[in-house]
Amino acid sequence: MTDARADTLDGIRRALKRGKLDEQAAAPLAARLKAHKRNLIPKRAAGLDHRGQIALFTAMAEGVNATVARVASAQDVPGAVAEYLSRLNLPSRLVVTPDPALDDIPWAKRPLLEIRKGRAEDGDAVGVTACSAAVAETGTLMLHSGPESPTRNNFLPDTHIVVLRANQVAASYEDGFDQLRRKFAKPEGGFSMPRTVNFITGPSRTADIEQRLELGMHGPRRLHIVLIDDGQA
Amino acid sequence: MKPTSHAFKENARAALGDVNLQKAMTNLRAGFVERRALMISRLPEWDGLRDEAVAIKRHTLANLDFYLESFERNVIANGGKVHWCRDAAEANATVLAICRDLGAKTVTKGKSMIGEEMAVNEYLELNGMIPVETDLGEYIIQIRHEGPSHIIAPAIHLVKEQIAESFRATHTKLDPKRPLDDARQMCDEARGILRQQFLAADVGITGANFLIAETGSSIIVTNEGNGDLTQTLPRAHIVLASLEKIVPTLEDAATILRLLARSATGQEFSSYTTVSTGPRRPSDIDGPGQYHVVLLDNGRSAMLGTEFEDMLRCIRCAACLNHCPVYEAVGGKSYGWVYPGPMGSVLTPTLVGIEEAGNLPNASTFCGRCESVCPMRIPLPKMMRHWREREFSRHLSPASWRWGLAFWTFFATRPRLYHAASGAAARMLGFFGKRRGRFRSLPLASGWTGSRDMPAPQGRSFHSLWKSRS
Amino acid sequence: MAAENRKPRVALFVTCLADLFRPSVGFAAVKLLEQAGCAVEVPRAQTCCGQPAYNSGDRASAKKIARQVIDAFQDFDYVVAPSGSCTGMIKVHYPALFADEPETLTRAKELAARSYELISFLTDVMKLERVDARFDGTATYHDSCSGLRELGVKAQPRKLLASVKGLTLTEMRDAEICCGFGGTFAVKYGDISGKIASEKCANVEASKAATLLAGDLGCLLNMTGKLKRLGRKTRVWHVAEVLAGMTDGPAIGEPMGEAEGE
Repeated sequence: MTDARADTLDGIRRALKRGKLDEQAAAPLAARLKAHKRNLIPKRAAGLDHRGQIALFTAMAEGVNATVARVASAQDVPGAVAEYLSRLNLPSRLVVTPDPALDDIPWAKRPLLEIRKGRAEDGDAVGVTACSAAVAETGTLMLHSGPESPTRNNFLPDTHIVVLRANQVAASYEDGFDQLRRKFAKPEGGFSMPRTVNFITGPSRTADIEQRLELGMHGPRRLHIVLIDDGQA
Repeated sequence: MKPTSHAFKENARAALGDVNLQKAMTNLRAGFVERRALMISRLPEWDGLRDEAVAIKRHTLANLDFYLESFERNVIANGGKVHWCRDAAEANATVLAICRDLGAKTVTKGKSMIGEEMAVNEYLELNGMIPVETDLGEYIIQIRHEGPSHIIAPAIHLVKEQIAESFRATHTKLDPKRPLDDARQMCDEARGILRQQFLAADVGITGANFLIAETGSSIIVTNEGNGDLTQTLPRAHIVLASLEKIVPTLEDAATILRLLARSATGQEFSSYTTVSTGPRRPSDIDGPGQYHVVLLDNGRSAMLGTEFEDMLRCIRCAACLNHCPVYEAVGGKSYGWVYPGPMGSVLTPTLVGIEEAGNLPNASTFCGRCESVCPMRIPLPKMMRHWREREFSRHLSPASWRWGLAFWTFFATRPRLYHAASGAAARMLGFFGKRRGRFRSLPLASGWTGSRDMPAPQGRSFHSLWKSRS
Repeated sequence: MAAENRKPRVALFVTCLADLFRPSVGFAAVKLLEQAGCAVEVPRAQTCCGQPAYNSGDRASAKKIARQVIDAFQDFDYVVAPSGSCTGMIKVHYPALFADEPETLTRAKELAARSYELISFLTDVMKLERVDARFDGTATYHDSCSGLRELGVKAQPRKLLASVKGLTLTEMRDAEICCGFGGTFAVKYGDISGKIASEKCANVEASKAATLLAGDLGCLLNMTGKLKRLGRKTRVWHVAEVLAGMTDGPAIGEPMGEAEGE
């Protein structure tokens, strides 16, 4: 049985009219990978100060049908969530990820909110998660999987509420990548990616029927971002 | 999918008379075309990003073997597997083996053009699996037993009445008297039906917009979130990707991602851009237990170093389709295989042969709009011309055309003879045409006069008039 | 480059379509060039630019024809054609054709460097700001694909048309989209071509302009043929004819009575 891997690599090398790259020839390529240099970053967000980036993030997120509520501190989150749910006549049962980033939210302040901590299941109407970063350039949230942040919580509930801290707002996707590299750095060098990194820009949508835009196809119908100023904005 | 590209003319004729299709095609302009232009107007760095993207891809292809090996190393380091497959048959067998190994039955699928190339759904069904398309457009054409007509919006050729009809015929457990008049109702219905499938699936298959060598990751881009539910809930995640999807680093992917959604749907960024690396980690509380990358060649390595190499830069955004007057006139199904429009006209002959697909690169006016909107600056008309050159040198074009061309060249390289002939033709056609000023029909030119008149020559050739002037 | 105190010597590349169908376009080009201060000659040994062969994949025939053009036009300061597609062939594709023949490549590049589409030559090289012509009524301008995308011809015809007394230029929707001609495409895939032409005619109609103009006879013959088949009253001219004030006779596709083109 011929080896598909060898055949494919041989075919590539034949087409490129050379053999396998030796260590010396491969060194600059390995270096390029290691350096992971940034390419051109648009000035749109990168050219702003942090307050400008927060404002841009908000505008861009709202531009893609996310909603953004600003609160002063973690203390105000339960109230903001309760107000949002009641305004839209949504159920007050929430599944909240067991994420330490949400530990300082005093849910007890709103006892009518029924909180379940854990993995989302089908039928959960409202899910609350934290996130790892927010990209001002396009109003995009970065979330990653982990023992305290199961990916399905971003997709199964009808309504996804994300608690975002102002100091998590960054300019670009590249800022998000660098954050992952720092957070998951390995002692021997390099870093280990989580299983899933989601870049989420607005709620789920489709235009597959006559190009008519409809929100909430398979993922959440609504994406609500509670932005904690923490004195940053 | 068995190609019918050889029947392009007949397919196109049917398409021109298809009222629903023609109505549906008018949606392209206000949607993708205008929105793309708007997005680009908001990003001053657009052309600079295109240049960088071209440089990234050129560099990657020149070192494709290195980057694929790096990718593989990193996939394995993260607990995943890479399966190298030379052709669709090997890829299908690989996918089936993974499914059988897991005792799988229901397989959910995100949109994958590689999957279409492989005809993986058909293969899985033949072997007792139940593949379920989850992208709404793909789901619609799956239940209608059709192929996709656009690589981003597979059901773009359908009007909503046709979709409602298919839903009623397929979702037989629902109340037949329920209203299905608008997109909202149909989306909600599909959401409910497919949610059950996501939850029941044993294996989830997605494509890949990118493979990242640096991290051993795959990236998918969706708006619906179907790709995410497909890969997160089941016991295994299979990625179908062709060789040229690879880029070196996350930063390189970000550069090209900035071009992708804007070019494809006129969005700043798609709703969900997801980077997947390996199976769930030991401490994760969800995620697939297995991560398999089916790395498919299927003719890609053979394109390297040829006049078609630039086609390997294609990121499947479909901007070329959306801006092509031919695609807009006849829709995607006319092209007869997986890839329609200008990119399909270059790629299809590579994958199914020029004998089968010869019509495709010929059915172009070379207006060049495709190349001007391509985010990856692919010289599409030039490559279509290369196909025409290959056809010509292999005598695949119709004999009558070769003779006509030889006739024309004979005269064109003999100016005195040419001038005498054109003078005579101008007089003759001018004589017969001057009363009405145009011809409703002309011998040998029914392709033209079938749908339009031919203006008559003025009656003398320029050269004969210029000669008599001096 | 022309010497300071002699007129630029311009060789007119008539184009096969102008030669056969509409010599008045050639004469309009001569008039405009002479009015702009050029000495115009028409090399006799010209027939075609070779595009039909080139686009049909017959490189060998295209090369034969191209060599003939290179030879015939070698001694002039400029080569000017009332056609974006023929000029594009010479400027963009001749160098590509001879990429594998270094000597001819040099000559092809040299020819390319002094070849121009007529209207953009008048504005960009002869620095013409206006023309002395009159044309009463509304007109809309179709941007032929080669001229637009290969040569960047867009603003120049509009600039000169703006100076024509009595003419109101109104832009149609999708002026930059192909008319469906595409050379042999119009015959090989006639029904698709006809459909694309219908779209163009619908846009012409919607502009409410009484006249349609363009800089390429292929497009003009195609669009005229479709307009006439649809029974439209729009009159069609080559832009050079309007700029040269030579619109007394029949427009394209109109009855010609006893008069013959001049």
